[in-house]
Amino acid sequence: MSAETDYILIILGMGAVTYLPRWVPLFALSRRRLPGWVLDWLDLIPAAVLSALVLPALVTSGEPRHFDLFRPELYVAVPTFLFALKTRSLGGSVVLGMGLYWLLS
Amino acid sequence: MKRREESKAPRGYDWPRALRAGTGAAWPIFLGYVPIGVAFGVLAQKGGLGPFEVGLMSLLVFAGSAQFIAVSMLAAGAGASAVVATTFVVNLRHLLMSSALAPHLHQVGHGWLALFAYGITDESFAVNHARFSRGGWHWRPALAVNQSACAVWVTGTMAGAWAGRFIPQGAFGIDYALIAMFLCLLVFQLRGRRHAVTAAISGALAVGLSLVLPGNAYIILSTVLAATFGTLALRGRAGGRGGASEGTRNP
Repeated sequence: MSAETDYILIILGMGAVTYLPRWVPLFALSRRRLPGWVLDWLDLIPAAVLSALVLPALVTSGEPRHFDLFRPELYVAVPTFLFALKTRSLGGSVVLGMGLYWLLS
Repeated sequence: MKRREESKAPRGYDWPRALRAGTGAAWPIFLGYVPIGVAFGVLAQKGGLGPFEVGLMSLLVFAGSAQFIAVSMLAAGAGASAVVATTFVVNLRHLLMSSALAPHLHQVGHGWLALFAYGITDESFAVNHARFSRGGWHWRPALAVNQSACAVWVTGTMAGAWAGRFIPQGAFGIDYALIAMFLCLLVFQLRGRRHAVTAAISGALAVGLSLVLPGNAYIILSTVLAATFGTLALRGRAGGRGGASEGTRNP
């Protein structure tokens, strides 16, 4: 088998295993009436997942990760977060965050 | 099948309008995907992949961090099964996002649903879920968010593979675009005390777990634990005051 075929097979495999977790819940759950506690649980997922994505990016660095509070990522996050709370503007928050990060790093 | 959906679509969202609304909502994603995509293209090109191969991977996989990991594994000579297995684990978190979007997509046909699933990423999920919770959002502009983000990703990674060496690093603080977007979308999700407490627990757990666990398993673990805690705490307090069951959900 050529290297090219190998590569195509690898990305086909990657595509399949990435697609399945994206598709199965939509297919299985979207037509169903879900019990209240499941809806409550799903309703909390976005807040939990966003926090889990963003906080480690602010206060850890390196590979393997270590705790690190002295990073522009964290300093910039404070005014960006407050601005977002006050204005609820996605575009404004992104532009402010980028601008401050640019100045500080 | 298709006809039935047409009749259910609110007047406001025929395809041209859905495309405008979707790309209008997705522009912070574009802003973040361009530099990350270009960076990925540069890395992949150093690992021996051409623009076409890079574009094909972005199109078939469409998952930023998994693609970075796969390219560095391939460059280190890892076998196909190891790369595919790692991709699966890294992207398993989409299971939760897809589940959380499902209640908002109950009127969508199976074909469109299959296409929609393809475009669920951390970023498109966050933007679409915020819009759905606010109300007035629809699966067509949501699909436009997914697909336009994908188009930007494929284009950005191919551009990086082709010309990445000539682009300066870190210009305009663009590396911060996605963090700032996630912060603001998190603010949108803090719709009450229970959401705020859940987010705080999840964030603290994620920081702690990310220090001790390899890879990104910390995302799924802390999300599931915090959301479960939030749900149980709500149940404990006499049948859900102030929860999701306030009637914002469609039947």
